[in-house]
Amino acid sequence: MRDLIAETQAPTLLTARNLRLTRRGKPLLDVSALSFAAGRCTAVLGANGAGKSLLLRVLHGLMRPDSGEIGWSGAPDSPGTHAQAMVFQRPVLLRRSVEANLAFAHRAAGGARAERSHAVADALAQARLTPLAKSPARSLSGGEQQRLALARALLVKPQLLFLDEPTASLDPVSTLAVEEQIATARDRGVACVLVTHDQGQARRLADDAVFIHAGQIAEAGPAADMLTTPQSPATRAFLRGEIYLGA
Amino acid sequence: MDSFLSITLQAVGLITAWDAALSEIVALSLRVTLTALAVGCLIGLPLGAAVGAFRFPGKTAVSLVLNAAMGLPPVVAGLLVYLALSASGPFGVLGLLYTPTAMIIAQTLLITPIIAALTRQIVEDLNAEYAEQFTSLGVGTLDRITALLWDGRFALLTVALAGFGRAVAEVGAVMIVGGNINHVTRVMTTTIALETSKGNLELALALGIVLMLIALCVNALVMSVRSSAVRAAYA
Repeated sequence: MRDLIAETQAPTLLTARNLRLTRRGKPLLDVSALSFAAGRCTAVLGANGAGKSLLLRVLHGLMRPDSGEIGWSGAPDSPGTHAQAMVFQRPVLLRRSVEANLAFAHRAAGGARAERSHAVADALAQARLTPLAKSPARSLSGGEQQRLALARALLVKPQLLFLDEPTASLDPVSTLAVEEQIATARDRGVACVLVTHDQGQARRLADDAVFIHAGQIAEAGPAADMLTTPQSPATRAFLRGEIYLGA
Repeated sequence: MDSFLSITLQAVGLITAWDAALSEIVALSLRVTLTALAVGCLIGLPLGAAVGAFRFPGKTAVSLVLNAAMGLPPVVAGLLVYLALSASGPFGVLGLLYTPTAMIIAQTLLITPIIAALTRQIVEDLNAEYAEQFTSLGVGTLDRITALLWDGRFALLTVALAGFGRAVAEVGAVMIVGGNINHVTRVMTTTIALETSKGNLELALALGIVLMLIALCVNALVMSVRSSAVRAAYA
């Protein structure tokens, strides 16, 4: 087993060490070291219940680990920006119009009112949602809702973007649209941490990959290597489509 | 049966004639109830939202008190306000007893817990859905409460409706603190009680019908707003 410390020239944004989380005596997460560098996309793979989403929530600060450290080395928040953003598997959209959802995020990030309409229009255009600007966000299709959630996350110009199975229940056309948004963000220098079940998606988007098994990192390294020549039994079983119950 | 029919017909006649006395009573009823509702919403909505949206020590106790206070009997609310406003009470110096203001205070006391308790439940459910997203977006405390109230606005209309229904229909509290003084504090419910006891059933029934019509109209309005909101995926 090898923990992932990004070995790239890009500056490290987030470092986690010795993260442990236990509930009712059951260890849910035990991660010794993990880091994420600017502009790289890391796929987090693993079976259901392995702790992938939990890891993302802990890294993003939505849950506090029982012990361990999470260090941020990127730039701090500034008006109108958030250092980190997250897109959930089921998009959480406010009961408002598409553009009001975007404006809300801009305001929450402390963005200047004068820049709001411009920022919202930009985000709409990038997500190809401009014709739906006035529509109620919750009346959109699943794919459009996820594109909006992603546009909202990117509107605050994050340096690190967490994505928790963003295409889990989407059709191929919507999946492609969301993947294009993610790839564009990555190409602009946004570091992405992508939880996915889809090996193909990991191949298409990820530079690095981490395989989580029973709350621990079973294997980590360049995505191309892990997906072609997996080293750990858990990763090998996952890639072959087998159920692995080993320790 | 004949007498019931004749009383009903006379009551309908009184409503269609719509004299000044009837207008005065209906107008005062609406003024007192709508003011109490406005004040109740002003206090109950943010209070309920704050209790629903945040974790704090004693949250369960506060929720319990709010839920229990929903069942506050109107006569007890009236009595409490009477004690506070009577000449020997802490606010006796204000001279508010037997005025519409006293009635507004009593009704506010009665409906604020209802509004706060129902708001808490709605906001708590909404917050369960929004909380992680709000944390991720870095939404501040005040903005959270405002956003939860705004996004729950159509569900909260029903809460306001519950408050309105409770206030407009109650008789005990306004009777105690208002005194049912003709042309001063006489509202629909107290008039119905008085006129029934005097045997003036036509006027009592006429006011009863008006009261039910108001409740029907307000409910129809709220239902139509809600259903259009549901169609637009805002509710």
